[in-house]
Amino acid sequence: MFRKAQGCCRVAASKRLAKCLLRPLQPAQERGSIPPRISPGGGLCPVNNLVSSPTSAPSAGRQGKRVALFATCLVDTMRPTIGFAAAKLLEDAGCIVEVPSQTCCGQPAYNSGDRKTAKALALQMIAEFERFDYVVVPSGSCGGMIIKHYPELFAGDPNLAGRAERLAAKTFELISFLTGVLGITGVSATFDGTVTYHDSCSGLRELGIQSQPRQLLASVQGLRLVEMKDNDVCCGFGGTFAVKYSEISDKIVTEKSNNVEASEAGTLLAGDLGCLLNMAGKLSRQGSKVEVRHIAEVLAGITDTPAIGKAAPAQEVTP
Amino acid sequence: MTAHSTTKQFKSNATRAIADTQLTGNLKAVRQNFIDKRAKAAHELPEFEALRENAKEIKNHTLAHLDLYLEKYEAKVTETGGHVHFARDAEEARKIALEICRKVGAKTVTKGKSMITEEVGLNAYLEANGVTPVETDLGEYIIQLRGEAPSHIIAPAVHLNKAQIESDFRRVHTHLDPARDLTEKTALLTEARAVLREQFLIADVGITGANFLIAETGTSIIVTNEGNGDLTQILPKVHIVMASIEKMVPTLEDVSQILRLLARSATGQEMSVYTTLSTGPKRSGDVDGPEEYHVIILDNGRSAMLGGEFQDMLRCIRCAACMNHCPVYHQIGGHAYGWIYPGPMGSVLTPSLIGVDEAGHLPNASTFCGRCESVCPMKIPLPKMMRHWREREFERNLNPAVARYGLGFWAFFARRPKLYSLATRLAMKMMKLASRGKGSFRSLPGVGAWTKHRDLAVPEGETFQAKWKNARRG
Ligand code: SF4
Repeated sequence: MFRKAQGCCRVAASKRLAKCLLRPLQPAQERGSIPPRISPGGGLCPVNNLVSSPTSAPSAGRQGKRVALFATCLVDTMRPTIGFAAAKLLEDAGCIVEVPSQTCCGQPAYNSGDRKTAKALALQMIAEFERFDYVVVPSGSCGGMIIKHYPELFAGDPNLAGRAERLAAKTFELISFLTGVLGITGVSATFDGTVTYHDSCSGLRELGIQSQPRQLLASVQGLRLVEMKDNDVCCGFGGTFAVKYSEISDKIVTEKSNNVEASEAGTLLAGDLGCLLNMAGKLSRQGSKVEVRHIAEVLAGITDTPAIGKAAPAQEVTP
Repeated sequence: MTAHSTTKQFKSNATRAIADTQLTGNLKAVRQNFIDKRAKAAHELPEFEALRENAKEIKNHTLAHLDLYLEKYEAKVTETGGHVHFARDAEEARKIALEICRKVGAKTVTKGKSMITEEVGLNAYLEANGVTPVETDLGEYIIQLRGEAPSHIIAPAVHLNKAQIESDFRRVHTHLDPARDLTEKTALLTEARAVLREQFLIADVGITGANFLIAETGTSIIVTNEGNGDLTQILPKVHIVMASIEKMVPTLEDVSQILRLLARSATGQEMSVYTTLSTGPKRSGDVDGPEEYHVIILDNGRSAMLGGEFQDMLRCIRCAACMNHCPVYHQIGGHAYGWIYPGPMGSVLTPSLIGVDEAGHLPNASTFCGRCESVCPMKIPLPKMMRHWREREFERNLNPAVARYGLGFWAFFARRPKLYSLATRLAMKMMKLASRGKGSFRSLPGVGAWTKHRDLAVPEGETFQAKWKNARRG
């Protein structure tokens, strides 16, 4: 009896702790709200702010597609803003966005040689996401995992190969989904400043994402894109590489941040949060003023949250 | 035993390399000299991509029938008056070479550039047995003076600058007039040529590698830019070719396709300055050529790669494009890899040849950026094969315990979405609280390897999934 009572106490205490820690940190009036959708006109924007090319996919064809957003574990935990930006871009294009239960695509295990865990996580993804028309991922790296590596992981497995391939076939990285599947040629967001764009490796080399983000960026009012030197060279992140071989990684990212600085852009964009955290971390350590954001934030016009690694401006004290 | 390896100390090798500012400065040449030129050469050849596909198929076919082509090759070489020797490992290869040298009473051996002779540690062995090897490729000559191994498979001395080379020349070439200007590259070349010319004339045996062995004709091919390889194989009485089994190509037609890729991928040239074909010894009526022609074909672990997940690596034609484009190689250079073959190709090949227990770091020291595979003329899936090595290491518990436990801990949660959601929500809240309003952590317990070099952005505080649920509930 005693033991049980003690157990209960412990459960109660941990529940209190969880409740306290899980309480939203924002002021009450913002609790539960998503970042506001500001259109260039200024108001809340329920209307489509995307422009599609007359020659590409007819808009009727993309209306009402059920799109599962796989935010990726990094976006889920570190920067939800990117998830909301992705959702906004998709919804503005007429998609019905859902966010199924999700953890991780399994890439860290896969690249660490742990196929068993990678398969278990892949299977978890397949089971949760296969019922949708499309799966969209705001990351070339995690997108590449599902698109290129899931089929490889289950190749020769009569029960799962087909399912892995079918999921791969309907999975897309966000930007290439907007341009390639939905036929979007522009957005109606505004961004006042000069940006430079880093081509993250998996997106670039596994999925061929290079012109698409630049095409959409070109449509953002007020935005000027300057290319930095070696924009298609790795930033040195490489998942666990950044901690396992941190010195080498540091040398690589230092070159990257120097190139970013030399471009004189005020903002660095890329399509993968892993790379962004790496580059933002280095720029921050170097005392750089450059702001770092995921490209979806700019395309969706959600740039009122502090840039990656930057503090929120000090709140005004109201008497 | 093959050449000495320090791959186990890869991390400290890399640390040393990174701290060596002279080295890292010199390494900039890799990027400056090769990347743009390769891109231009590939771009200017409309059929470049089609050739890559063909080349891959040619090599795949050859590897699938390697036994037949080796037999055919041997028969052809014998028919043309040459000798083929098969060496199972480095020791056998060295012994065969020494025996050939001894038979003709050789004192001096000139050598063309050959990674295979580096692999088997031939120079040290010959020297220990009273035969003096003289490297005649300029880069190889320089590193021989320094007692170093090549740091790059086509530019062995790329880790050095002109001033370092000049001081080595002055140290060894004691005849040099101190007043003589050696600051220019051409002056260094002239000096090396003058010294090497004598060696070419007195050499009893010439040893070269081979870029290709052609089964159809029993021919070996070397591809060079300095012409030293030609003098090495034509002037002495005996020519020894030492090459590994995967150099085999069925026909001249096949090799001519792959040759169109080789120099373009390596140096951005359409063709290298010399492409020299050798078939057998000098025939009656030939004006020059060796009296004896020997080919030592080395296995040294390669046949074990056939039919397995690393077979594709045997398509490699040693163009070095992978290392020229590798961000890791750019930072640390070739010596840090600790054995003969650096860069991405080495990270796959080295564990195959000297064991993953020894070379376990190499396939891990990659960001998987995929640039190597994208430029490899033979379309070798280098990252995929590095991953296969990581799988082997994982299966055998060879990777560090910290990494294994970390991965296991994370996987435990990732496989339980509800628990994961709770845990990540708690963790993010705690991180946010710990940040005290700052945007980044300068240090954080547990992620020191990250924060040693860069800040860590503070998470927004709530997870996306939780926020989304809240928002959509209205
Ligand atoms: S792996 Fe490919 S790129 Fe690297 S040396 Fe071999 S053929 Fe060239």
